Amino acid sequence: MTEIPLGPGGMSADVEDVELYHPHSWITKYVFAQDAKVIAIQYSLVALGVGLIALVLSWLMRLQLGFPGVFEFIDADRYYQLITMHGMMMVVYVLTALFLGGFGNYLIPLMVGARDMVFPYVNMLSFWVYFLAVLILVASFFAPGGPTGAGWTLYPPQAILAGTPGQEWGIVLMLVSLIVFIIGFTMGGLNYVVTVLQGRARGMTLMRMPLTVWGIFTASVMALLAFPALFVGAVMMLFDKLLGTSFFMPTLYSMGEQLKYGGGSPLLFQHLFWFFGHPEVYIVALPAFGIVSDLISVHARRNIFGYRMMVWAIIAIGALSFVVWAHHMYVSGMNPYFGFFFATTTLIIAIPTAIKVYNWVLTLWRGDIHLRTPMLFALAFIVTFVNGGLTGLFLGNVVVDVPLSDTMFVVAHFHMVMGVAPILVIFGAIYHWYPKVTGRLLDETLGKIHFWITFLGAYAIFFPMHYLGLMGVPRRYHEMLESTTYPASAHQLNIFITIAALIVGAAQFMFVFNLAWSLFRGREADGNPWGAASLEWQTPETPPPHGNWGPHVPVVYRWAYDYNVPGAARDFIPQNEPPPAVVAMQGHSP
Amino acid sequence: MADIPLTHIQTETMPAGLKGIAADLSSDQQAFKNVSWGKAMIWIFLLSDTFVFSCFLIAYMTARMSTSVPWPNPSEVFALEIGGVTLPLLLIAIMTFVLISSSGTMAMAVNYAYRRDRRTTAILMLVTALLGAAFVGMQAFEWTKLIHEGVRPWENPWGAAQFGSAFFMITGFHGTHVTFGVIFLLIVARKVWRGDFDREAKGFFTSRKGRYEAVEIMGLYWHFVDLVWVFIFAFFYLW
Ligand code: HEM
Ligand SMILES: [Cu+2]
Repeated sequence: MTEIPLGPGGMSADVEDVELYHPHSWITKYVFAQDAKVIAIQYSLVALGVGLIALVLSWLMRLQLGFPGVFEFIDADRYYQLITMHGMMMVVYVLTALFLGGFGNYLIPLMVGARDMVFPYVNMLSFWVYFLAVLILVASFFAPGGPTGAGWTLYPPQAILAGTPGQEWGIVLMLVSLIVFIIGFTMGGLNYVVTVLQGRARGMTLMRMPLTVWGIFTASVMALLAFPALFVGAVMMLFDKLLGTSFFMPTLYSMGEQLKYGGGSPLLFQHLFWFFGHPEVYIVALPAFGIVSDLISVHARRNIFGYRMMVWAIIAIGALSFVVWAHHMYVSGMNPYFGFFFATTTLIIAIPTAIKVYNWVLTLWRGDIHLRTPMLFALAFIVTFVNGGLTGLFLGNVVVDVPLSDTMFVVAHFHMVMGVAPILVIFGAIYHWYPKVTGRLLDETLGKIHFWITFLGAYAIFFPMHYLGLMGVPRRYHEMLESTTYPASAHQLNIFITIAALIVGAAQFMFVFNLAWSLFRGREADGNPWGAASLEWQTPETPPPHGNWGPHVPVVYRWAYDYNVPGAARDFIPQNEPPPAVVAMQGHSP
Repeated sequence: MADIPLTHIQTETMPAGLKGIAADLSSDQQAFKNVSWGKAMIWIFLLSDTFVFSCFLIAYMTARMSTSVPWPNPSEVFALEIGGVTLPLLLIAIMTFVLISSSGTMAMAVNYAYRRDRRTTAILMLVTALLGAAFVGMQAFEWTKLIHEGVRPWENPWGAAQFGSAFFMITGFHGTHVTFGVIFLLIVARKVWRGDFDREAKGFFTSRKGRYEAVEIMGLYWHFVDLVWVFIFAFFYLW
């Protein structure tokens, strides 16, 4: 197994070579594209578009919270619709799609040294099915009664009953869209997983893969196992709504009349939802972990500390996150022993997570840190993630969670840990890989301004929410009414948060401008502007053409983190640079 | 051709036991040596689909255990009356038999496919498809019978409304799987018959070379659908 014979030209002998599909027209090249890199860009652009919509929705919510009564069209119903669409879009249609569909498609083949995903046709379908899901979701804005206002958790029985906005069409479109999304994701997810498992280059062992690939791979596996629960929950609720079954519907009275439902279990939906919902948090967090490890290592010119530990931590977190789901249900009514069990497992996850944080910090220790925009975002991620993680420890304990549940404290917690933190990584990653995708660098000045506004702004928005939550301000309330329970400071804080949110939001449009402007005017970059060691930076051409590698698939001789190796000619050694012994044997230098 | 060490693991220090397994799995290029992409893909898909069916079944069991109204007795509900004799679960028994037999013919088809016996493979796949279609037909019969007796997704004459809901949902979802299986069996059988796999003809959509492996992948799916039925049979009809 160790002595691997190398074919002439370093081509692999026993792995099937991809039969690439060669597009014949503009349509098959850019629209119904089968090249993973094009699909990645399609995914990313659509997801960013949805992200901008969700951002505008959050503006409207904040305007209402900051200046209650001023915007009359945002009544209670409208507010519910806003939070629901904002939450669901951000979590599923932006973050999941962007990390797995966007970064997964772009980076996996390049980083493992493949020519493409293993099933390009299915990969193409995946994007178009995702696009269809987005269209269905957006259509609900125009449906009679508007989009659903059930909250992103869609809890029955209320989600499908009169009194909840969007119970006519909105909820149906939401459920159908989720089902379609899951089908689309499955097609993509199979590709990502099989490519990593079975399609790597010669010499690319699992333990030589960059952590980015590990994160996306583990997240894809998790998604393939977690989305089924949401799929089933959505199908059953759709039946409850359309066929009048009572899977989730108990006996109910409304306006003194008994409804046709009876005998079902609302708790069952909560279990299905959170069996998906909690792993979902890590589906967006693990790719972020992986990417951040690589950004830190590259921009600190230092090998990642404890690579093996990092890999095992990713896997451990992935596995553990399937046994913690009911920590979202402490207040739903369950056996106290269950609460004990789920609190314990929840707190155990903190161990591998903390290991990762320590390793990031230790990687920075004595590093040659370059504070370029991607690095700034990576560092900001660490701070933000630790912050969100700490409040997670509070909420993981039953007794602390019960009073804090459904307050702004929870909103602050999850925005820090799964909203802001992954988004920061996405920004960092875009600044980092943009030169590979386009051949030009994003503008650094605009980037730094974008960074500081976003980072400080995010704290201005979400940090005060902890305080609001501790005072008992509930979440999902469209105003605090005339209530005197809350001190004047709460009202003032709300105004402050709203203004911060408007500014942060506006800064994102500057980022979009930077994306477009730099495409034509940005400084030209060579193939490896950061001096990174992983394979995607070693492509013969930038941007990499169809098939990625030209005539010869690279051969990998080392891990992705050889920075500042004593005695080496440069301060990094690319993964495909042969050791001297090999060079001597082949009789030519690389 | 020179032999060049690509990893730092040396043969003498090759770990044994569990560590050896881990080292093999994480070695370069392929985690599962000589498992083609197609097969790896279908296995992982089936794993995901297992989670879908598990969720359906667990949801059904929860509903069944938590209803306050009694659950209809399956051996009475699913009985057939033939010549004045009531035979409990007769139809289901036949259906199960048919489906399991179809797994047998499918396995034979895979075997003949690897012997490159076009005719026999295609015929066996057709037989499999026919058995599958017969299964779906009997299921349609059963649905019709129950609907005539007043079973609806939202109610039934004998007890908990969730009985009908779960019945239609789970057997419907499984039946859809069988139906898709039949369609794909026919498509693949046609390709085998025409010799597409001998010529490595390119797929219409995927433009990938056709291979006999398609028969085996089809087979894996079919056995899975079959296996799922065994669980549905046990948990829905026998419980
Ligand atoms: C500028 C950035 C953002 C702002 C100003 C913002 C603001 C808000 C506000 C005001 C709420 C409603 C709180 C309530 O009344 O309950 C909310 C809910 C929510 N947000 Fe954000 N958000 C932002 C970004 C994000 C991101 C990036 C995510 C991605 C995970 C996210 C996920 C959610 C979720 C899941 C909910 C809960 C919805 C529900 O209660 O059903 N948000 N956000
Ligand atoms: Cu959770």
